[in-house]
Amino acid sequence: MALQRLRRGLVPAGLGAAVLTALTACGGGGGGGGGGQSSVGASARGPITYVTGKDNTGIQSQLVAMWNAAHPNEKVTLKEQSDQADQQHDDIVQHMQAKDASYDVVTVDVIWTAEFAAKGWLVPLKDQFALDTSKLLAPTVSAATYHGTLYAAPFASDGGLLFYRSDLVPTPPKTLDEMWADCAIAKKNNMGCYTGQFFKYEGLTVNASEAINTMGGKVVDDKGKSAVDSPQARKGLQMLADHYQNGDIPKEAITYTEEPSRSAFEAGKLLFLRNWTYVYNLAKTDGSSVVKDKFKVAPLPGVSGPGASSLGGHSGAVSVYSTHKATAFDFVKFLEGDAQQKFIMDKGSLAPVVAATYNDPALVAKYPYLPTLLTSIQNAVPRPVTPFYPAVTKAIQDNSYAAIKGDKSVDQAVKDMNAAITAASAG
Amino acid sequence: MSTVVSGVETGGAQRGAPPKPGRGLNAGQGHAAAWLVAPTILLLGVVIVYPLVKAVVMSFQKDSGLDPTTGLFVQGGAAGLSNYKHWLLEQCATPGGGTVDCPPGNLGSQFYDALWVTVFFTVVTVCVEVVLGLWFATIMNRDFRGRGLVRAAILVPWAIPTAVTAKLWLYIFAYEGIANRTLSVVGMPHVLWTGDAWPARFAVIIADVWKTTPFMALLILAGLQVISHEVYEAAAIDGANRWQTFLRITLPMIKVPLMVAILFRTLDVLRIFDLPYILTQGGGGSGHATTTLSILVINQIRAGFNAASALSTIVFLIIAFVAFLFIRFGGADVVQRPPTARRPGGRRVFRRRARVDGTAAPTEAAPADATATTVGAGG
Repeated sequence: MALQRLRRGLVPAGLGAAVLTALTACGGGGGGGGGGQSSVGASARGPITYVTGKDNTGIQSQLVAMWNAAHPNEKVTLKEQSDQADQQHDDIVQHMQAKDASYDVVTVDVIWTAEFAAKGWLVPLKDQFALDTSKLLAPTVSAATYHGTLYAAPFASDGGLLFYRSDLVPTPPKTLDEMWADCAIAKKNNMGCYTGQFFKYEGLTVNASEAINTMGGKVVDDKGKSAVDSPQARKGLQMLADHYQNGDIPKEAITYTEEPSRSAFEAGKLLFLRNWTYVYNLAKTDGSSVVKDKFKVAPLPGVSGPGASSLGGHSGAVSVYSTHKATAFDFVKFLEGDAQQKFIMDKGSLAPVVAATYNDPALVAKYPYLPTLLTSIQNAVPRPVTPFYPAVTKAIQDNSYAAIKGDKSVDQAVKDMNAAITAASAG
Repeated sequence: MSTVVSGVETGGAQRGAPPKPGRGLNAGQGHAAAWLVAPTILLLGVVIVYPLVKAVVMSFQKDSGLDPTTGLFVQGGAAGLSNYKHWLLEQCATPGGGTVDCPPGNLGSQFYDALWVTVFFTVVTVCVEVVLGLWFATIMNRDFRGRGLVRAAILVPWAIPTAVTAKLWLYIFAYEGIANRTLSVVGMPHVLWTGDAWPARFAVIIADVWKTTPFMALLILAGLQVISHEVYEAAAIDGANRWQTFLRITLPMIKVPLMVAILFRTLDVLRIFDLPYILTQGGGGSGHATTTLSILVINQIRAGFNAASALSTIVFLIIAFVAFLFIRFGGADVVQRPPTARRPGGRRVFRRRARVDGTAAPTEAAPADATATTVGAGG
């Protein structure tokens, strides 16, 4: 949960002033594959460093302690980064450009995997480093796969859930049509019907992609080329635009990131909310929540069954500059172990990547939303796996924002989105 | 700005040159001086010149492209002017190797919008801040009971980090925030402050004015405090009313600090990043109504360093040009030149006359400046 929250559109504050200096400090050029580096220290063992975002819940340090107790000669040192996703990304970029051998294992957000892999910074998980992915949820594996090769080992996932007011809607909608029909109930109770996150930031990419994928469209194809110019994608965006126009999606929703949309739901102003799993515990326990016992979760509705959630989460990757790659790879595998997966769910509320964990009776008793979350992740579609992700997400955000607000026709928005995604990867 | 710096250097050289025949005051100290100055020059070279040159060099290189067979990045090679064309002509590369107009959603299509928004922010905020700053400074300059308290209260916004200010205003401008609640009390509908184009722009302007007016007021106050009471007393004896006193005494006498303050603020707003980035993320309207040039640079850094280098070089030139205009023609005397270093000719005439006019007859200052400008540019 904590990691999930990091990926919200948080802010690298204070970057502004010395733009030029910062630019050069960030390093020159990039690029250039590190092919030869992968084999250096491939079978070497020894102490390593594990780099991850700020450990707000304390689970990372406990995981490291577990490992260290069992491996006294291959101790892992935890290095915490900032708690903001953009800064974590830039921190890894800088250390990799400096070929820093002290970044052995890095935590990679699902949307960075392709970029880092294409830069040649991550050890491909094949041959000697082949990872057994049979127990893992399929979407988490495909999100960590670039150009047909797995580059990172997923250890935490996340999917979108539909939070609904169980006091007003006894049976949750299974399809989108059912959900929009239920908006009559919202109108009767003088409240907003549905919202996701429609502010112009990464969350909008998540929500717009969900609409497109749910209707059967695609943002990019397997090769990373734009595939968004399709009737299905138009249908998805049109749905959001129509329901924004007719008020089913309240007009303030275009200012909503995760937190304001959660507040609105907790204040009883919404019938349906699409959000991540972290909301569950907060809405049950927050002092200001008026819906504590009045809501439940369901899978996101789709055309005829569950919708296609966007996938969140993080993976562990081995740096090509590590001098103890064998230890680093073992540690990455350790994070996916059954015991560790249960631990991160129980203590950190991070969604496991091992399917079996979701059926653990003790965990399900404690976290009743687990089976729903499993459905969500099983049907999830990763956001575009492309090394040009920053430009691609911008293309999606700018154009879907304009389409939802009605500043631009959906047809034009999809055409522009297609052109902008193509331009992004033309280099 | 570089022009001015080099101007000082030339001045210095001229000053160093004369003592050829006899042993002047500074003779024989040249080597020692060079050694003493060297560390500073070296430091400036490392932290200013190197990044600048490096950025310019990078701006002529292509961003790395993908090798289709391996999926790995390869070095992009020389780009010629294509990075600059990307911004100034809004041209984007196509997979085939040609160029097309950058589609909406591509950063290249946002350069002129960003430039326009940045200039708009600059003009509006600086104007409002000058007026409010003058007002606040005049209040702070008076003697009255509780002056310390008023001064502290006025300065508080300036002491708050910008990121915190931005978050603060984000809550105020939230849909159910104080701003909308207040509006609804007077019967106005809720405004989507961070969603619609003009409300988003004014949200940024309001927050920026709130935050930096104290800075303006502080600099103006420093100028006001050096004006002696006797001048005002003399004016009062001559029967000048308040408005005349302000126009003929206060304004001319604070001209230099005021121009410096305006210069600082102008350059600040031209580079504005943190406030709009946190408040609106550059959004609003059709998606980039509050994207300033610096936000555009930062967005581009994540997508490709070299194109970002070209953009930041363009931004640097724009800002340097504005700074040059201010210092050359606006009377913002930031670089204090020693009297002997003044070059003979038009510029000296212009400076002296501007200053004399400034104190004696402010109403004539503007036309005098204008003629002097032509003379200065011609000579």
